[in-house]
Amino acid sequence: MKKVITLVLAVVMVVSCFMFTACDKKETGAPSNDAAKVNVKIGFICLHDENSTYDRNFIDAAKAAKEELGLSDDQVMIKTNIPESSECYEAAASLVDAGCNIVFADSFGHEDFMIQAAKEFPDVVFAHATGTKAHTENLPNYFNAFASIYEGRYLVGVAAGLKLNEMIEKGEIKAEEAKMGYVGAFPYAEVKSGYTSFFLGARSVCENVTMDVKFTNSWFDIAKEKEAANALISGGCVLISQHADSEGAPKACEEAGVPNVSYNLDTREWGPNTALISSKINWAPYFKHLVTSVQNKTAITQDYCGGLKDDVVQILGLNDKVAAAGTAEKLEEVKAALISGDLKVFATDAFTVKGAKIDSYMADVDSDEAFTPDTEVVADGYFHESEKRSAPYFDIDIDGITLK
Amino acid sequence: MKNHEKIVREPLMHVVKRDDLVWYKSWAVRLLAVVIALILCAFVIVLLTGYDPIRVYSSMIQGTFGTSRKIWNTLQRFSMLLCISLAVTPAFKMRFWNIGAEGQALVGGLAAAACMIYFGKSLPVYLFIPIMAIASILAGILWGVIPAYFKAKFNTNETLFTLMMNYVAMQLVSFCIVFWENPKDSNTVGVINRATEAGWMPELFGQKYLLNILIVLVLTVMMYIYLKYSKHGYEISVVGESESTAKYIGIDVKKVILRTMALSGALCGVTGLLLVAGTDHTITTNTVGGMGFTAIMVSWLAKFNPIFMMLTSFLIIFLERGASEIATVFQLNESVSDILTGIILFFIIGSEFFIHYKIHFRAKHNKEA
Repeated sequence: MKKVITLVLAVVMVVSCFMFTACDKKETGAPSNDAAKVNVKIGFICLHDENSTYDRNFIDAAKAAKEELGLSDDQVMIKTNIPESSECYEAAASLVDAGCNIVFADSFGHEDFMIQAAKEFPDVVFAHATGTKAHTENLPNYFNAFASIYEGRYLVGVAAGLKLNEMIEKGEIKAEEAKMGYVGAFPYAEVKSGYTSFFLGARSVCENVTMDVKFTNSWFDIAKEKEAANALISGGCVLISQHADSEGAPKACEEAGVPNVSYNLDTREWGPNTALISSKINWAPYFKHLVTSVQNKTAITQDYCGGLKDDVVQILGLNDKVAAAGTAEKLEEVKAALISGDLKVFATDAFTVKGAKIDSYMADVDSDEAFTPDTEVVADGYFHESEKRSAPYFDIDIDGITLK
Repeated sequence: MKNHEKIVREPLMHVVKRDDLVWYKSWAVRLLAVVIALILCAFVIVLLTGYDPIRVYSSMIQGTFGTSRKIWNTLQRFSMLLCISLAVTPAFKMRFWNIGAEGQALVGGLAAAACMIYFGKSLPVYLFIPIMAIASILAGILWGVIPAYFKAKFNTNETLFTLMMNYVAMQLVSFCIVFWENPKDSNTVGVINRATEAGWMPELFGQKYLLNILIVLVLTVMMYIYLKYSKHGYEISVVGESESTAKYIGIDVKKVILRTMALSGALCGVTGLLLVAGTDHTITTNTVGGMGFTAIMVSWLAKFNPIFMMLTSFLIIFLERGASEIATVFQLNESVSDILTGIILFFIIGSEFFIHYKIHFRAKHNKEA
């Protein structure tokens, strides 16, 4: 017994020696070789980890940007599972302590805590995806970013419309049965803008299409998303799309044999026979913009909004097994028209509200507690989405879409 | 022949209840358990990830104590977990299985958030903070007393009841978020009174968490004295040991159940208050973040002793902070650190067995041999 105790004590002592010596090592940034360039260290704050398609999209982009810029391992830090509470502020502050001069957070609810950190550390760049407050806070070191993802949704909507046309031609459905279903997270402008552009894309090629929308009131809930998709299918929807982050809806579609249009990720893995196409935001160009701007001491866009033309909005995973013939060609054509500006997704003659065309709309662009509409966003015959600020503000209920 | 029979009947080992071990021996067993757990974890780390386990352990320490900010952050999280653990303790000691601390703290937080939103700007601080504190405590008491009342009156199952009350609390918060959300339909409340900081708990000596920590430490001492030296504390232990005995010696069991759950709920309300008004300044359904359940483990591991609970809650927070640090430093998924935490807790809980029981092995040889 004594022997055992001595042995254990010895192990404890050795282990603790190592522990405390290791403690003394201070983290130091890699020494800068190029005097002109500022040495960069970028920290990412993610709401969940790779298991969420939403966070995975950011983490993949972070790794891609790191690769392309040739950053070393200790120039990139990723903190996962950071809730939308003061923990976000603590995470941001500890990234700064660890030497980061750029901190990026990916979830909407992180914004206030990022602003708090931005005020405390004026020398560090704080960037936040999907946020709305950079242009009203006006801090020199706080930035928002988003993408004109409605362009991508419009494109995948076109693919959905072509698929519906094919189903009508083949006699699988009648023209008046062309009803799509959409599983949305919250009735929030980001979601509304998304499904409306998807619907308009489909209607641009399939005249009679209508759409039902169901909200799950959660960004990630596999069971609820699946249930919502099934409810839509049994309500007569012949094609489903979604704006929620789990595999719930794609899997429900695969089981029911209903085509599915996805977001953020190529979902052919979940639905080899039903996944039609996806759209996503590619964050790598923005991360490169952040890093190179800090390196070269150039200005960072206060409210960055990338689009199709910047390769920030992408379409991916076109499934030849599911898609109608000629889809790829048609998408190229529409994409070119969107990039050139000849085609506007929210052109006011493409939709009506309660039977009438709109010629004016005041949106709540500068967020305030009373949600005061403050900015005219309809001009030159279209709704200027994501131009007054990067985060979407199209929140109009248009004809043809039914909220369930 | 006789010998042979004996060998067949005697099992390889059998378990015997020990007399109480002296304190240093029982702590030696616990320490040994932690050491063995760390060694086993080292093997797991090498097998799963190939990293040097010493580096992994040192970064866990780094994550907890690495900078003064990390130390404050650790202390803050430690005090929140300790506070909610203190809250569940009197109920557990009474053998009332309150697993509703999560919900009780959440409604406490909800009450604080409501006060901040509706009166934060209009009332002076010295008036506002007491009102907010009372509101939170009352909300916590309400959430604790409802299941206690049904238990005392109709002998309903308190475990299920308190668990269900958690979901009611969460839905209530979701419901309120609809009214408070900013911006509209975003499902987040955002930091309440971010510009004016109206209704926030004050900072002490420039440290934003110091007040929280001090409040919890005072509560810990008070809870220790209450349980150990007060008549109420004695009644709680008697009711916990045997309700019949309690009735026999003239303790009003129903009253004790209600009173103790009110206390439990009140402390949960305080936790909610500190989390919302003293830490996050916002409310989400995840504000308590599962601490109400972790508290059960903290309280049990410490055998319902508030002073030992400081140790056990510190251990849990150390593991949690360390886990998140290794997830960041080594780019490991947090599941790896959850595995390590699981192993360590398994050993610590397992060590209690060896403190209370000893194992007799069958003698190797017979005496005659």
